[in-house]
Amino acid sequence: MSLIKAENISVHLGHHQALDHVDFSIDRGEIVTVVGPNGSGKTTLLRALLGAVAVQGKITRADGLRIGYVPQALSIGANLPLTVLRFLSLPKRRPKAKALAALDKAGVTGLGNRQMSELSGGQFQRVLLARALLDSPDLLILDEPTTGLDQPGSADFYRQIEVVRRDTGCAVLMVSHELHVVMSASDRVICLNGHVCCHGTPEVVASAPEYRALFGKGTNGALALYRHDHDHHHHGEASDHDHPHEAAE
Amino acid sequence: MLDDFLVRALIAGFGIALAAAPLGCLMVWRRMAFFGDATAHAAILGVALALAFDVAILFGVLGTAVAMAMILGSMSERTNGSDTQLAVMSHSALALGLVAVSFLQEVRFDLDTYLFGDILAVDRADLLVVWIGAALVLALIAWRWNPLLTATLNPDLAIASGINARREQLFLTLSLSLVVAVAIKVIGALLIAALLIVPAAAARPLSRTPEGMLVVTTVIAAASVGGGLWASALFDTPSGPTIICVAALAFVITSTLRRLA
Repeated sequence: MSLIKAENISVHLGHHQALDHVDFSIDRGEIVTVVGPNGSGKTTLLRALLGAVAVQGKITRADGLRIGYVPQALSIGANLPLTVLRFLSLPKRRPKAKALAALDKAGVTGLGNRQMSELSGGQFQRVLLARALLDSPDLLILDEPTTGLDQPGSADFYRQIEVVRRDTGCAVLMVSHELHVVMSASDRVICLNGHVCCHGTPEVVASAPEYRALFGKGTNGALALYRHDHDHHHHGEASDHDHPHEAAE
Repeated sequence: MLDDFLVRALIAGFGIALAAAPLGCLMVWRRMAFFGDATAHAAILGVALALAFDVAILFGVLGTAVAMAMILGSMSERTNGSDTQLAVMSHSALALGLVAVSFLQEVRFDLDTYLFGDILAVDRADLLVVWIGAALVLALIAWRWNPLLTATLNPDLAIASGINARREQLFLTLSLSLVVAVAIKVIGALLIAALLIVPAAAARPLSRTPEGMLVVTTVIAAASVGGGLWASALFDTPSGPTIICVAALAFVITSTLRRLA
């Protein structure tokens, strides 16, 4: 039985259709990565699963599903004084021991009394991860968690995610731009461009023509400098591809 | 004791400082300074409407403040709180209020009282209104404190924790309107926003946690009321503006201390 299952969901943001009849599900313990060009609805899919945007279609959650969420580029204004420990106790008060243990698990031991605004990019993302782990989630949702990290930093971060999955058995759903990481660390990849272009194991997706149309071939994923081919159609539907895509990374 | 106008002024000022402190912190954290300004400015229109329709001024102000805050809230949801739009709303509300007041020539009415407040003219009934309003606001904010803080960090983070970010914004909006309504006679529509923002801004350099900042803000706001009243008696200056000047002085001192440290 899936932890969360979306059937045929569509999302409109103003006049723009961000998601077009998308099916999605994730099972216990799976690592699923969503890839796609900018503006392809990756973040919208995560927000739909969280219940943060109105959707047409059906989303079914397992009973008592606990979700840990790591948002994309959370900025904490300089006017808000906030220690790491206080941040971990939002919105629920946590025993200090439990908060410290979560910091250990996320690989940032001993940062409890630092100000959130003083953390480096990598530390900040790990603190977000620690907070997401506090509820012992069944499902961890991460939205481009390594934005702003350098290559070694993001590789470290993804290794931490694998450790967390191994230790806690939670499922992981993430959006990533880093295709080389996706290829090695995921059980399943979903290639999104408003609709689901293709999905399956990393090997299947990497060789799918739809994926190659989006990301080009032979880059080994490390260089996702691509030209987006607007002419590919599948499922016999004329998709709405009229949004501009800039090459990413 | 309540027979002394200075004592009544102090008690009223402390009540408003107490309610303004947590609201001011939240507004500083959420970058809502202009939002507070606009809501307070709309209160003048509320005064005019209340006089025209012979309703208690408290309810007229409360009504327009809530309406303004709702309009601003729905705007900021769509546009992410554009600076320009908020400024347009804020100044237009004030201008509209002043024009509306000018139609009320048959009513005897001192506009200055509602623009700048008259803390020295506070009577026992006003004290009751101020403290009931302050108690309501404090209760509301205390109840919603953690969800509000979480929603302040990031709406999606809040939603993932089962918090309805829009509902929390509504609580904040209501509290703000309530403070504006009970404070307008005391501190005035033009200076309410200052009493919200300045003490919180002054407290920021001295704080490491949200709750720490709240305590320091409360102390600075109350000290500004006390110091401002004392200075206004000493130098024979208008009380409301003097209170804000003391708060501004506190801001200068704490910012300087921070830079030196």
